[in-house]
This record gives sequence, C-alpha cells and structure tokens, in this order.
Amino acid sequence: MNGLAALTQLLEIIFAIVAAPAFVGWVNKCRAWLQNRSAPSLLQPYRGIHKLFHKEAVIADGASGLFRAAPYVVFATMVAAAAIIPSMGTRLPLTTAADSIALVGLLATARVFLALAAMDVGTAFGTLGARREMMLGFLAEPALLMIIFVAAMISQSTSLPIIAERLTGETMALYPSLAFTAVAFTLVLLAENARIPIDNPATHLELTMIHEAMLLEYSARHLALMEWGAALKLFNYACIGITLFVPFGVATEAQGPLGLVLAVPVLGAKLLVAGAALAVLETVSAKLRVFRAPEFLATAFLFAVLGLLVHLLLGA
Amino acid sequence: MLNPTSSPLAACLALLAAWGVVGLAGLLRPRSVEFAGRTLFPLGALCGLALAVVAVRSIALPPEQVQLLIGLPDLPFHMRLDPLAAVFLALLGAASAGISVFSAGYFRRGEGALPGLLCLEYHLFLASMGLVVLADDAYAFMVAWETMALSSYFLVTTQHRIPDIRRAGFLYLLIAHLGAIGILLSFGVMQGGSWLFTFDAMRAAQLDPQWASAAFLLAFFGFGAKAGLVPLHVWLPDAHPAAPSPVSALMSGVMLKTAVYGVLRVTFDLLGDPQWWWGLVALGFGLFSAFYGVVFAAVQTDMKRLLAWSSIENIGIIFAAIGITIVFHALGMSALAALSLIAALYHCVNHAFMKSLLFLGTGAVLHATGERNLGRLGGLIHRMPWVAWLTLVGALAIAGLPPLNGFVSEWLLLQAFLFADTVPRPFINMLLPIGAALVALCAALAGYVMVKFFGVIFLGQPREPTLAQAQDAGLLERIGLAWLALACVVLGIFPVQVIGALDAVSRDLLGTQLGQGAAQWWLLAPIPARGASYGPLALLLAGAILTGLTVLAVRAFYHQRVRRGPAWDCGFVRIDARMQDTAEGFGQPIRHIFQPFLRMSRELPTPFDAVPRYRVTVTDWVWHAGYERIGRSVRGVADLVARLQQGRISTYLMYSFVTLIVLLWIVL
Repeated sequence: MNGLAALTQLLEIIFAIVAAPAFVGWVNKCRAWLQNRSAPSLLQPYRGIHKLFHKEAVIADGASGLFRAAPYVVFATMVAAAAIIPSMGTRLPLTTAADSIALVGLLATARVFLALAAMDVGTAFGTLGARREMMLGFLAEPALLMIIFVAAMISQSTSLPIIAERLTGETMALYPSLAFTAVAFTLVLLAENARIPIDNPATHLELTMIHEAMLLEYSARHLALMEWGAALKLFNYACIGITLFVPFGVATEAQGPLGLVLAVPVLGAKLLVAGAALAVLETVSAKLRVFRAPEFLATAFLFAVLGLLVHLLLGA
Repeated sequence: MLNPTSSPLAACLALLAAWGVVGLAGLLRPRSVEFAGRTLFPLGALCGLALAVVAVRSIALPPEQVQLLIGLPDLPFHMRLDPLAAVFLALLGAASAGISVFSAGYFRRGEGALPGLLCLEYHLFLASMGLVVLADDAYAFMVAWETMALSSYFLVTTQHRIPDIRRAGFLYLLIAHLGAIGILLSFGVMQGGSWLFTFDAMRAAQLDPQWASAAFLLAFFGFGAKAGLVPLHVWLPDAHPAAPSPVSALMSGVMLKTAVYGVLRVTFDLLGDPQWWWGLVALGFGLFSAFYGVVFAAVQTDMKRLLAWSSIENIGIIFAAIGITIVFHALGMSALAALSLIAALYHCVNHAFMKSLLFLGTGAVLHATGERNLGRLGGLIHRMPWVAWLTLVGALAIAGLPPLNGFVSEWLLLQAFLFADTVPRPFINMLLPIGAALVALCAALAGYVMVKFFGVIFLGQPREPTLAQAQDAGLLERIGLAWLALACVVLGIFPVQVIGALDAVSRDLLGTQLGQGAAQWWLLAPIPARGASYGPLALLLAGAILTGLTVLAVRAFYHQRVRRGPAWDCGFVRIDARMQDTAEGFGQPIRHIFQPFLRMSRELPTPFDAVPRYRVTVTDWVWHAGYERIGRSVRGVADLVARLQQGRISTYLMYSFVTLIVLLWIVL
C-alpha cells in the first residue's frame, strides 16, 4: 500500500505539471467558442512555454538575485501545493507534512515572492502590480481560509485527505453551509487567478492589469516558469474546489489501485466541466474597476463567514 | 546561600548580577566607545547566552524558590524559578544575546548619551527584565518593574536634545506609570486581606469572584498599558522609533513580553481560577489591537514606526490567544486550553526574534543612510546584501509564511480557534469563528505590510543619490542579525521540540499538557484525534528538492544565455526612481479600504501649482478622540481650580474667613 501512496503522489505531481497548461488552454478554447472566435489549439500554452524557454533571457540592469530566484520559488511552491491537494487519491505522503492551513500558507509564499520580485526592478508598473496583487491577496487569503474552515469543521480536521474522504462518504448529504462557501470560493478563484471580473488574463493594457504588470520585466525561461506557475495556480484552485465541493470519485484508502486508475479520468472530466464553467463566468461578466475589487472580495469573505455560521447554527 | 552550579535559580540570579556589573563597568570609562562596544557588550551577550542555556535546561524542572538577603527593610525579596519564568528568561537571554552582539558594533560616538552611561542603562534594563520574571513577591516585582520602566525611559531619550524624542519619552513614562498603578492596585486586591505580599500568599488567598474579577481587570489594564493594547498603545509608535535601534529591538521584542508574562502569571497562577468572561475581554481587546495595529502599520511611512505598529498587531494576537486560553480553561476544555496557551507562548518567543531582527535591520539601514523615511530609501539589496537577505528572513517569518516560525504559531492558534465548536456555550461558539476570521485577516495584512517594508527599503531603485554610498553592516552587526535569523528558521523547523519545552508551562499552569502522542519528532500533531499535522522540515525539504529539480531541469534542457539590459516597463523610455511606488503609494489601497478607521488629512496639488505638493498624514483616532479629549477636560478642570487661585492675599484671606464661618456654622 505504501508503494501505492508514493505512486499516487508522483502521479499527482506529474499530472499537475503536465496538465496545468492544457487546463488553461481548455479555458481559453471555451472562451473563444463562447465569443464566436475560432479557438486556439489546446496545445497553445505549451507552444508558448516552449518558445519562451528557447529565448535568451534579458534581465533588467537593476535586478537583484531575488528577481532571478523568484520564478523557481514560485514554480516549486505551486508544484508543492499541487502535491498536497488530494485531487486524485487521498493517500498522499506529503499531506501529513502540510494540511489545508499550510496549503494557504504555501500559496501566500508564492504571492509574496511574486510581489517582491515585481518590486525588485523598481519600475512604475511592477510596483503598481505588486501593490494591487497584495491588496487582492490580503482580502482573498482570509476568505480562502474561511472556506477551508467550513469544510474543516464539517470533517473535524484540517487535513485535506480527511476532508476529502469525509465529504466523499456523504455525497448525498447536502450541506447548506457548503453551498454558501462554494459561492465564496468561486469569487476567490476568480480574483486570485487574475480572471475577469478582477483582472483580464488576455490584456496588456497598462492600467487595468494586475498579474501581468508584475511579470512585465520577465523574459524567456523566467517568464516561462512564471506562466507555468500561474497555470499551476489556476489548476490548483480548480482542484481545491473539486476537493471541497465535488470530491466523489477520488481514490480512497479502501479502493486500492483500481480506484487510482478510475480517479484519473474522473478528475479529467471534472476539470473539463470546471474549465467550461469558468469560461462561461468570464464571458458573462464585465471587468470591475480595481477599487471595486475589495467589495467583490469582501462579499466572498462574508459568504464564507455566513457559511461558517450556517454550519454552526444548523450543524450541517 | 544557594550554589550557582547546582541551582538554576542561583545561576540565573548570578547572571543577572553579572549584567549589573557589566553595566556598572561602563562607568569606568564612560567616554570610550571602544571599551563599551568591544568589551562590555560582548560580555553582556555572553551572559545572555548563558542565561538562555540555564533557563532552557530548567524549564522542565520543578519550581525553585529562594529568599534573598537584599530588599526593603524587613521585606526580603523572594525569587522563584518555575517553567513560565524559565520560558521568558530563555527568551530574554537568547534574544538579548543577538541584540547585544549587534549593539557592540552599533553604537557610535556623538549619538546622544555617553557610551558608558548607555551601557549601564542597557544592562540595567536587561537585568530588571530578568528580575521581573523571577520576582516572587509584589515588592520585588514592583521594584524590578519600575527599574525596567526607568532604565528604558533613559534609553528611549538617548538623543534627548531632540524635542520630539523628549515628548515620546514623557508619554511613555506617563502611560507606564498609569499601568504600574493598575498593577499595584491589583496586587493590593490579590493579597485578600492577609496583608502578605508574597506571591505564595496570593496563591493561597481565597478571593470572592467579584474581587478576583477586579484584580484581573486591574492587572489587565496595567499590563495592557505596558504591552501596548489599544487604546493604551499611544506611547508605543512614538517611543519605539525614538530609541536607538537595539533598544527598540529590546523593547519590542522582549519588554512587551514581560507584560504578557505578567498577565499569564496573574491570571493562571496568582488568581488561579479564571472566569470565562475574562477571556472574552482579553480576546476582544487582543483582536481589536491586532486589527488596528496592522492597518496602521500598512499606512506608515517611517520604517521604525511601521514596525512599532506591527508590534501592536502581534501583541494583539498574543492576547487573543491568551483570551481563548482563559475561555477554554474556565470551561474545562483542557486540551484546547493547552493548545492555545502554547500558541500564545510560541508567538511570544517568535515575535521576540522576528521583531528584534527587523528592528536591528532598520538600525543598520539607519546607520548606513541616515534615513528613517521609507520615501528616501530603496534598492539597498545591492549595497547592503547581508542586511537585506537576513532581514528578508525576518520579514517572511513575521508575514506568517511556512516554513518559518511565524507560521507555526499562527497554525497552532488557528487550530485552537477552529475546534472551538465544542465549547458548551452557543454564543461563544458563534463568536470564536469570527475571531478566527479576524486572525486570518490580520495575518494576511501582515504579509502586505512586510512586502511594503522590505520592498520599499531594499528593492527597486535607490530613491536618493546618496544611497549609493551606503555601506553594509559590520561583522558584529552581521553576527547579531544572523543569530536572530537562525533562531527564526530553527523555531520554524523544529516546532515539536519547542512545544515539548513549552508543554512544561502548560502542565504547571493549567494542569494539562498537549503531549505529542505517538507522533514523530519532525511532525507536529497537537491533537492526534483531529488528524491535522504539520511537518515543516518535510515541507522545507520537499520545497528545496522541487526548486532544485526545477533549476536542474531548466539547465539540462535549455540554454543558459542571459543578457543584461535596461528595464522594459511597457516601453517607457525614461524611467527614474521617482516613478516607483512610494510608501504612501503602497499604502494607498489600505487607506482607501479602511478609510473609516483612519483619520486623514490630505493636501492635494492643483494643476496651477508651480511646485506641486502632495501630502497625506494619517493620525490615530484614539489619540485624537480619546487622549486629546481627556487632556482638554483635565485642562478645563485645572482652569476652574485656577480661578480660585488669584494670587491676591485679600482673596485668600477671604477664603479662610468663609471656611471658618462655614465650619463654625456646622459645629454650632
């Protein structure tokens, strides 16, 4: 069984690294379809990353070691985060070392490094992006923690595999508290991954962007790692959502190797649905002004707290 | 008399006495920076290190008491070393060791007070903090407490020629003494009619619940004033930046913790049987301070003031943890009480190292550049790499990022909050998750504050041309910083060992301990039945391996060509340092979002200004609406009294005459 756990762990890491750009490609494809454009290939993100890796890296004169280290740190942190989300199987050796609070901590680490790297060169847009990213972060992070707390209170543990198993075991039981938190989570996902209505992943219009503004000084392999890290982040958020709200189909301890074999296509199907839903959400909403973003995230925070109170009041 | 080799208490007292001697030795050559810096401060650091070693080794030992021969007439000083005292002594020793080594290289000629005098005040300050923790009767405690307040007052006013610093010192002294009155009265209540002021007598005294509550509230007021809880925090953002940086580090890192020690001592040891609503008082003030502190930290433009506000935040979090400890303990939920007490203690220890590290970092920057204003710094990571990278460790730790130490205490606290749904009172049940939400918000805002702090000082382009001459810190200063940074890392990576030591306090105060059950040495699993665990070492290793593999893979599959070029910045041709975010700019979202909490005055430029000026000042509501109002009403009363005092002898004779008539009328 221990070998199986290690296998699940390895499979999950590799699947996350490989599938993350495809997930972004899928969201882009759905968006193009919805907007009546001819869709880019699913492989387009891979081509972009591949191209970037082959370019010569240009580093700004005023950049320090932090600037060059940040892409590696951000990428590795995102991979580590992917490794502890039980999206395929609940027997993951790394999850003993990091529970859901540590997962939020890992995501915060990546954000802080990204923001620091953006401030490193000392350009107007970099610092602007860093400031806005941290603004979104300090609102989104507690909301995400609250969302996780609701699931943790239902399952009496902050350990992600235990949450997933507990919620899988009661697929039919309806938790009103989880309904509230699902709304909150959707809002947090949109804000944290630089999607419309908070940020536009396709824009390079200076004054509207947040995430892209932080990456302006990056090029070549550093940019490739940052882009890949961002894709992993979106993938991770999708997997967190799947774990918290639709965990059925995940390979539990009792199921053995067969469960794992089944879990991969189930996860793939769930991701396809999630990506399509994300594209719909993005297509039907318009971008908010930056200073409407706090209200947006405060709504998410309140929904999560409401979910918590509903859980405490109703016990469900 | 006790033997220092066999008794840890005697060893501790001997080391505190050694600090006193080192301090007095400074008076031998009061004008010599070399003597104080190269000889005495390193000696003081050695004493601190020895104190930390002795204290750590005695944490798990049974309490030890001694009656000293010195003291007031007929009132000998009592000293006691128990696990709680040992933890705070260890914190004092270990943090001060780093700070003293840094100080050895820090103090320069011509900065206010004489070096020898400074050395005396500094070491008296250290020794008095040790005595506060060891004192076992009210007299010894108050004497040590006042020595601590006075020596730190003189340290704060080192540069007494600057009026602002004198004012900050006065405010500090005033509020310290208001607090001392509260503590004194609290001791008066706690002796319970026995008129014996030893702590043993207070432990034995049986108080009515009302009197116990009165004692708690008085002590909470007194220690809260020292700790800087809102609304008694007003001295803190003035006094900490006014002091020289090593002193700020000591005050923020260690002295504030003596107030935490005091609250723990009074609540769990001297009173012994806390009521649950005390916990809500502590929780409420704690959470409000945490939130208020972090919001103000985010809008500061002075780097030391920013750190001072951040201390208010951290103290608030510690008091929130103490608050839920009281609630859990009073309601008989021992495992959760132990968990939250350990979270509070852990955060005390963490904050001592992180905040000292950051304050010392600002000290190094201040010496290298002469600037405290964030708006005139920037880009120092190139000029001062040692200071920058070591400060980064502290900044990441205080932002609560894994695998550093700040995250561990945050994790423990959130775990305690999260499993509060088993509290038998429904309304507390509802309240605690809101508390958890606030803690999470404060932790996330702390990340914002630290990105601002580090990013504006060390990253980007230098905002002033003079910064190009900045020199990195000297060897001694680097050692001091590295020691504190190392502590942050070690405390983050080996939480199980630290909690093993802190458990002795919980055993002693609450009668329960967390225990580790069957968990491994690297895995923190405080409540095994909950299945939640955190293994920072494994997480760090996984992160390091993944980063290493990424670097190797990129190297193996792709080329390594790099070219340096001018910054791109969306194609703007002329980029200068003025285009970066200033500290005001970086704080702007916070000012926007939390407008109701801040009192702002803004000066905006008009299009026709020859020299456009933009200025925004954020001031504290509490100071404006509370203290100034109190000050005005005191003045009003004084003016009324002054009307009686005309300075004319005939009027005074008239008063005497009227008084006489009235008295006669009453008597007859």
